[in-house]
Amino acid sequence: MISAVRFLAPWVAMAVLFAVAPHVFVSGSALTMMSVMGTMIIFALSYNVLLGQTGLLSFGHAVYYGLGGFVAIHVMNAVIHAKLGVPVVIIPLVGGLAGLGFGFLFGLVSTKKAGIVFSMISLGIGELVSSSSFILRTFFGGEEGITTNRSALAPLFGHKFGPQIEVYYLIAAWCFLSIVAMYALTRTPFGRMCNAVRDNPERVEFVGYSPRVLRMISFCFAAFFAGIAGGLTAINFEIMNSEQLAADQSSLALFMAYIGGVSSFTGPIVGAVIVTFLQITLSDVSSVWQLYFGLMFIGVVLYAPDGVVGWVKLHQQAALRGQLWRLAPSYALVAPAFAAACVGAIMLIELANRQFQLVQSEGSAIRLFGVNLDAATAPPWIVAVLLFGVGVVAIRLLWPRIGDAWGAVNERLHSRDPA
Amino acid sequence: MTVALSLVDVHKSFGATKIIRGVSLDIESGERHAIIGPNGAGKSTLFHLTSGRIRPTSGDVLLHGERITGLQPFEINRRGLSRSFQITNIFPKLSVYENLRCATLWSLGHKYAFWRSIDRLRDVRERSQWLMQQIGLTARRDVPAGVLTYAEQRALEIGVTIGGGADVVMLDEPTAGMNNSETEQAVALIRKVTEGKTLVMVEHDMSVVFNLADRISVLVYGQIIATDTPDRIRENAEVREAYLGQVSQQ
Amino acid sequence: MLQLITFSTLNGVLYGMLLFMMASGLTLIFSMMGVLNFAHASFYMVGAYFGFEISRRIGFWPGFFIAPIAVGAVGALVERYGLRRLHRLGHVSELLFTFGLAFVIEELVQMFWGKSPVDYRVPPSLDFVAFRLFDTTYPAYRMFMLLTAVAMFAALLVGLTRTRVGIIIQAALTHPDMVAMLGHDVPKIFMLVFGAGAGLAGLAGVIAGPALVTQPSMAASLGPILFVVIVVGGLGSLGGAFVASLLIGLVQTFAVAMNYSLAGIFGSAAPPLLGDLWQVTVAELAPIIPYVLLVLMLIVRPTGLMGTRET
Repeated sequence: MISAVRFLAPWVAMAVLFAVAPHVFVSGSALTMMSVMGTMIIFALSYNVLLGQTGLLSFGHAVYYGLGGFVAIHVMNAVIHAKLGVPVVIIPLVGGLAGLGFGFLFGLVSTKKAGIVFSMISLGIGELVSSSSFILRTFFGGEEGITTNRSALAPLFGHKFGPQIEVYYLIAAWCFLSIVAMYALTRTPFGRMCNAVRDNPERVEFVGYSPRVLRMISFCFAAFFAGIAGGLTAINFEIMNSEQLAADQSSLALFMAYIGGVSSFTGPIVGAVIVTFLQITLSDVSSVWQLYFGLMFIGVVLYAPDGVVGWVKLHQQAALRGQLWRLAPSYALVAPAFAAACVGAIMLIELANRQFQLVQSEGSAIRLFGVNLDAATAPPWIVAVLLFGVGVVAIRLLWPRIGDAWGAVNERLHSRDPA
Repeated sequence: MTVALSLVDVHKSFGATKIIRGVSLDIESGERHAIIGPNGAGKSTLFHLTSGRIRPTSGDVLLHGERITGLQPFEINRRGLSRSFQITNIFPKLSVYENLRCATLWSLGHKYAFWRSIDRLRDVRERSQWLMQQIGLTARRDVPAGVLTYAEQRALEIGVTIGGGADVVMLDEPTAGMNNSETEQAVALIRKVTEGKTLVMVEHDMSVVFNLADRISVLVYGQIIATDTPDRIRENAEVREAYLGQVSQQ
Repeated sequence: MLQLITFSTLNGVLYGMLLFMMASGLTLIFSMMGVLNFAHASFYMVGAYFGFEISRRIGFWPGFFIAPIAVGAVGALVERYGLRRLHRLGHVSELLFTFGLAFVIEELVQMFWGKSPVDYRVPPSLDFVAFRLFDTTYPAYRMFMLLTAVAMFAALLVGLTRTRVGIIIQAALTHPDMVAMLGHDVPKIFMLVFGAGAGLAGLAGVIAGPALVTQPSMAASLGPILFVVIVVGGLGSLGGAFVASLLIGLVQTFAVAMNYSLAGIFGSAAPPLLGDLWQVTVAELAPIIPYVLLVLMLIVRPTGLMGTRET
């Protein structure tokens, strides 16, 4: 009984969170952002079925997302045109099945080998489909894309899903179901063997499994869920265009999964939320927000390869044993240095952005962190360089203290372990 | 006396270099058969050829009378032949329990099931626990395999090899790198888990060979120069000259 | 017709040589270090922009010499302070690092030079007609590009086969671990190779910039084709990269010149379902052809035309 409660608790909590969120964050823009987050969570999780769970690095995952969305939108238009009684709630499934179909087709070719060959095939197929979308204009709508009207489909219990709040709940429901389904997948014999194939494909053969079949099935699942995300996107924005098949969209999946953390199930969920949030808010604040993205990604690759969730999990054991306080002093020392370096870097980037444009259109005045500065004068630059430089030097000098603190923590953790 | 595994005039060349130059060998059901020979004789290559990792240039391999030459390793494994590796080849990020569990899944018929929860499968759980007990690693159940000691990893390697219930077990230098007490334990383990099965073993440690083997084959420069009981091998002049002569008398 | 063939061949060979200038560096880096450098086309782009900036302030010829060296220096620094940290984490981390780097470089270029193409011009000293054939002129600048590419190719050949460093690099192409075990200063060689590869890509950018458009999307459009070249040629094979570069250069150039479509041949009544495919011309298909080649090659012969490695 108790274990059943413990098992169900996180899921109930998540369901409650999804249900209650729009009442906590009530603004229209928040609702839009949460809707996009919902679809991106599914997209990022589907990507991690390939990367984190089966060890396949794909550079063309947007193909299944995009094709799923395009098929979904065409089906929606067909349903509207023929006045069929199909409610919009089923459309994501259409997207999913389309994704599955293409996943099977391209998977036959892609999954023969793993490693670099797989990555290169995924890149090639991605570019192939993306380039084809400019040629096949009837299906992909050319430059304008394909549009639809989601409230023109048959209503469900009186709901036509016109208002954003209704779309949010539609997305939230599908998101919840997809998360449950993908989690359940990891707890099956198939899911476990995918992990094995990620770690040691040769050994997998010698326990009776075909790595190729494992990869193929995994690929199909990933494409299926990507297609669901695509279908939800088609419903949410009521438009699909070839950008959603392009390399940038595939890169986004990689960014979200990796920044969140590929070695845990929840990593991509966290990554999708963070990246979507930054994507939407940063683009209002700075014109070079994508640069920050790329730098963040590089930072994660260099210093936190297990992503945000991985970093948090590092502290899990220590937290459970009440040892976190040992880390607090050294963290507190490094934090200001880290903040200074970040602020300095941001200043440098924004000042450079303002000052070094080839075409100076906005003058050199800039407002950073609430302070008006003139990018053409020396002082802001000096401050920026100092902040960044001092911050970096301080981090390097203070880092050994963190190492020592962790040493002390690990000692405690292991001395209490039964040998 | 039925033949479990049969090598029929097997040749293997890598480019112009001939590694296996015509090996014919019949391994009887239930016997414990050791293959010994100097370094570079081709013992590991023979294992790779039998288990499907590489294809013979010519010749055939038969398992229970059925031709398995050129089949994929997983196809051969499903027909009842399992092997261990000289360099430990397990799943480093998975725990001991999970490693063994992976080894049991196919033979218990679960295949690519993505609709069943693995934690609910009682047969998987029971077999994995039994395997853990057999190899003596129950206390290390949740430790990631990559962190185990060398001897523990070798024991796990054996566990994963027999996990699928194969009746022909091939062990490639199972006691390599072990000290005396570890070797003793490994021999006891091997004897226990291969009871009633056919065992083919490559070994360098002569004490292990003479302790365990019913018959010994001596492989020198890609050819078998003798196949016989341990006592007669010990007395075989050709063998002594080629191999045992360099090792101190047992 | 003959005119079309002559000029397309010339342009195709030129394009192929440009591709090879970059593919050779990429192959060397991959073979030695196991890193598939996603940022390689970015170095090409940086070379073009450096060349533009220098030629804007000083002149084309100083840019021709300084820019590639500058790009090479950037490459060496990237290896020393970025990639080197990641060797122990494995090839996937290194690949992801170069992937992020490509992204960042594109953003930085956009930040400093804007999103529109820049006016990187052919220098007056080279801005004349080389020859006239069947009513069409061929610009001297293109001949200059071809010459530079051939000279670089020759220098690479000599450098790899006759210098000591070159022989070590050749050995490392097929047996990188062995070279390390023979006691050579592998980290330094890595830095050298990465920097040289980047410099070569930069050189390609410096000379291609005035002829092709210099804009921030240069890297993103050329990058995937570069990967097609090295996979089709065979991962790790310089000879294969050469053949594949010329092959793709020629095929794409010829395709662009061909205006045939199924509609043109069979009449404009399209059968059902084929729709757009009926109208599309070979020229419109040109951008896709390399990827079709890639997928076909990976199905039929994953080791590529002349490769010896798959991973």
